[in-house]
Amino acid sequence: MNKIKAFIDQRGLGSFLILAALILVVFPLAMDIFRLNLVGKYLTYGFVAIGLVMCWGYGGVLSLGQGVFFGLGGYAMAMFLKLEASDPISTKIQSTPGIPDFMDWNQLTALPLWWEPFKYLPFALVAVLLVPTLLAFVISFAMFKRRVGGVYFAIITQAVALIMTVLIIGQQGYTGGVNGITDLKTLLGWDIRTNSAKYILYFANALLLLGCIYFCLWVQKSKLGTLLLAMRDKEDRVRFSGYDVSMFKVFAFCLAAMLSAIGGAMFTLQVGFMSPSFVGIVPSIEMVIFAAVGGRMSLIGAVYGALLVNFGKTYFSESFPDLWLFLMASLFIGVVMAFPNGLAGVYTSHVKPWLARRKATQAKSQALAVPPADNPPPASPPPAKEAEVPGLIRAT
Amino acid sequence: MRDHASPKPRSTLRRHLMQGLVALPLIGLSAIGQAAPPATAVVNTTKLAVTDTEVTVGQLHSATGTMAISETGSIQAEQLAIDQINAMGGVLGRKIKVIKEDGASDWPTFAEKSKKLLINDRVAAVFGCWTSASRKAVLPIFEKENGMLYYPTFYEGLEQSKNVIYTGQEATQQILWGLDWVAKEKKAKTYFLVGSDYIWPRTSMKIARKHIESVAKLGKVVGEEYYPLGHTNFNSLINKIKVAKPDVIFIAVVGGSNVSFYKQLKAAGVTAAKQTLLTISVTEDEVLGIGGENMAGFYASMKYFQSLDNANNKAFVQAFKAKYGAKAVIGDVTQAAYLGPWLWKAAVEKAGSFDVDKVAAASVGIEFKGAPEGYVKVHPNHHLWSKTRIGQAQADGQFKVVAESPELIEPNPFPKGYQ
Amino acid sequence: MAFADMLNIGMMQGFAGLSLFAVLLLMGLGLAIIFGQMGVINMAHGEFMTLGAYTIFLFSTLAESFFPQFTQSYFLVAIVAAFFVAFLAGWCVEWALIRHLYKRPLDTLLATWGVSLGMQQCFRSFIGPKEVSPTLPDWLMGSWSPHEGLDIPINGLFVMALTLVVTGGVLLALYKSRWGLRVRATVANRPMANAIGINTKKTDRMTYAIGCGIAGVAGAAFTTIGSTGPTSGSLYIVDAFLVVTFGGAASLLGTVASAFGIAQMQSISEFFMTGSMAKVLTLMTIVVILMMRPQGLFASKIRH
Repeated sequence: MNKIKAFIDQRGLGSFLILAALILVVFPLAMDIFRLNLVGKYLTYGFVAIGLVMCWGYGGVLSLGQGVFFGLGGYAMAMFLKLEASDPISTKIQSTPGIPDFMDWNQLTALPLWWEPFKYLPFALVAVLLVPTLLAFVISFAMFKRRVGGVYFAIITQAVALIMTVLIIGQQGYTGGVNGITDLKTLLGWDIRTNSAKYILYFANALLLLGCIYFCLWVQKSKLGTLLLAMRDKEDRVRFSGYDVSMFKVFAFCLAAMLSAIGGAMFTLQVGFMSPSFVGIVPSIEMVIFAAVGGRMSLIGAVYGALLVNFGKTYFSESFPDLWLFLMASLFIGVVMAFPNGLAGVYTSHVKPWLARRKATQAKSQALAVPPADNPPPASPPPAKEAEVPGLIRAT
Repeated sequence: MRDHASPKPRSTLRRHLMQGLVALPLIGLSAIGQAAPPATAVVNTTKLAVTDTEVTVGQLHSATGTMAISETGSIQAEQLAIDQINAMGGVLGRKIKVIKEDGASDWPTFAEKSKKLLINDRVAAVFGCWTSASRKAVLPIFEKENGMLYYPTFYEGLEQSKNVIYTGQEATQQILWGLDWVAKEKKAKTYFLVGSDYIWPRTSMKIARKHIESVAKLGKVVGEEYYPLGHTNFNSLINKIKVAKPDVIFIAVVGGSNVSFYKQLKAAGVTAAKQTLLTISVTEDEVLGIGGENMAGFYASMKYFQSLDNANNKAFVQAFKAKYGAKAVIGDVTQAAYLGPWLWKAAVEKAGSFDVDKVAAASVGIEFKGAPEGYVKVHPNHHLWSKTRIGQAQADGQFKVVAESPELIEPNPFPKGYQ
Repeated sequence: MAFADMLNIGMMQGFAGLSLFAVLLLMGLGLAIIFGQMGVINMAHGEFMTLGAYTIFLFSTLAESFFPQFTQSYFLVAIVAAFFVAFLAGWCVEWALIRHLYKRPLDTLLATWGVSLGMQQCFRSFIGPKEVSPTLPDWLMGSWSPHEGLDIPINGLFVMALTLVVTGGVLLALYKSRWGLRVRATVANRPMANAIGINTKKTDRMTYAIGCGIAGVAGAAFTTIGSTGPTSGSLYIVDAFLVVTFGGAASLLGTVASAFGIAQMQSISEFFMTGSMAKVLTLMTIVVILMMRPQGLFASKIRH
């Protein structure tokens, strides 16, 4: 028993296990399937949030285009499900049976060639992972090789998000346009709309998320993670040490993209449709706030951030719809001004010392002779990166 | 049926009288409901939120976000209808209680809220949605959970569901007669089609093109253009139109783009004096933003205009303004939203039950003589038979009705020959 | 088509490009100061523009209901007022938020996004969710038609003239005035500027507020060509940032050049293809060029 405890403490897994218990045991017991399905939806944003922790918190690369990757993953999944839902029998009312309904409305008479491979689940799954990652690679490789600063990168990812939205909406014969791809029914014949399916999908999603967090924790603990941190704080020194800094940044960004894409695919499965409203600029920035509220340095915190912000959104939009935007606004401002490291920062700088003090006093009162537990000041999280802005250091 | 009393009361009771007035023609329909209310166990066999005194319905529109601009009118009209129905004693002796949910202009939120309304709240009917995208997002949920949706917007058609009553016009109803009118009255031979880039304008333009070029052979389409939602710069488009010199510009541009489009059109010297323009996307609501002086003289093809001259409409407009202020304007969709609760009430009373299956079955053939737009009737495909009118925009922001289809037009959501 | 017609269309199309250029430049100018010079990623820029537009609406409503004799002339006063309203709002935002964040540019992005959400909801709560349209003076609407078939939009001319004035003013102020000197000194080397007695805090606040004020003027000008609603600002924000980034953030001249380039690219491609695809093509070109040449068109000679 003690061994296990020691192992957990050593790996810093305590909070990970609490989160696991919360989403695997507490939520399913405490909620009906409707609310649980909502939590499942929020957790898919958790994937995006942990991706942002990796690339923004650790890599110092702020992306305002995570919605693009979330959407690409979601669309790849939706395309497979849509093709399965569009068998010739259930679409016999169309002028061309056997193709998705929106294609028929847009006068397409045959399935476009690039849709064909999405008839096969393995291909769709590979596409979920690879297409967004490749796009992320293309965007980031070109930019980081030329040492583009963080601010510019953020603005360009934003432009990519805009391009993607316009493209998806404009090519509605191939993408479903602004309506998105709707009315998804089955996965390999298994009805994803039933309650039992929702339970299974919820648990699959939760386990996948925990797996991804575990993987990211592992990356953070590895040499790679250390290098990412070092590079974020003093990029030049890492470069002078002989490391190819740009490739680490590319890696962090691609990892974030892939995580977002997994989230998108799980979103499609649980919610039953995908639309360009997740791809644009606004949802992408909202995704950043999930990570910021939870704490841009903490994987676990980011998941809580995604859960809390979305709970808040659902609750407030049900009860005080007018206040929601004000609350969101104060979240953005408050996180930046008062809690730059989010909930996780509050935890490490306030709650943890307090707990430790309490523990110490308790220990003291229990055994007067025992010296106070050593209570080192919490390792204060590194300050947010001061990204360089050329204009500020312009030579005269 | 009683006579339509002309609206003359000006007392403190005005609002109630107004509400009563609009409802007068309905009393015939609701005779069943006026007797002792039937037992709950009889009228509700599917565990809906119906008690001995109350029936719960949902309202699902965007009160926030970009679509709030358009959906506010629908929210108000549905509330007005429900208040009026309650003032008359409710439905099957039960007052209507409304649960309002905000879709926040976000399609997944619409899906989420519709699940909440149907699964958690067990509402008997939902009045809501505005954009096609939001309807598409909730439709599978309504079909799976067997809910009842009253959808108010004119839309692209290509859809028919047991669980939806479409109180707005589908594309062929709105477009074809308008095109025929413009071809006949304005001797139009060449047409330039412009739309925002999403499914409703695209489908509408497809139908318009087929009608112009192959079905009715009105002439020729000399241009067809789509711009992203929110686009604000139309100068290049206007030049393209000038190159093509069409007899008619046929427009389905929505939202903020509308304002830019008409302002720039006027600035480029394209005014009603020189150019015939027919739109299917501008109601009185939109004119508020565009400014009447920028629209003056252009034509719109709709089933309803606030200026319609009949007793039902006068009472409706008066009741609406009494409730929401003298400056309130009523567009086509607002009127269609107003029909929803009345049609539902009539269907429930015909079925003698709140059960969705029975209401859906009873809906077919329901007539509503008290509609502000005039007589409407529910077609077996769950759309409404309705007339189409041509309104000419005036500088004060109202439309002058210049033509009206002689007969009710049959809804045809899957038009043969237009695919 | 007759040659004269083609000439007319060509001229009008050229004018369309120029007027889009004026719009983009006006949009980008304020941001070029705030983002380019100060390094603040002001995501609320669009909302400051909307604030200016609503100021025009307020004046137009006032003029209509109380001073009907001014309905033809209020517009010019209202533009000045739009500048000061946005200026004041910018001043407050700088004081409350931005001054704490100069060392964390990425965080200014989040904070100002919050500001923009808050402002949008304020517009919605206090003015209403529906789009409004100020009644514009008659002399602003309509077209100038030197000969048959050629129509030059007057509002386009007006926006161009205004852009010229504002750009000239900004250039003059930045390079010929005391304030400009202080701004450039602060931007170049903050500690040194402090050391020689420049109040950099005051300079920052002034600069930010002026940038916002220019956004207000831009918004005021846009009421002649577009719509005003709570979320109108969000339509412009990406375009504005691209104009500034594409030009090379620290160079005002670059902003002018990039606004011109983007405007011509967009308006010409719109003439030959559908609006959606023209937009995609323009944005793609910008992004690809920025990938090749991340410092923008007019790079400042810096090491970083």
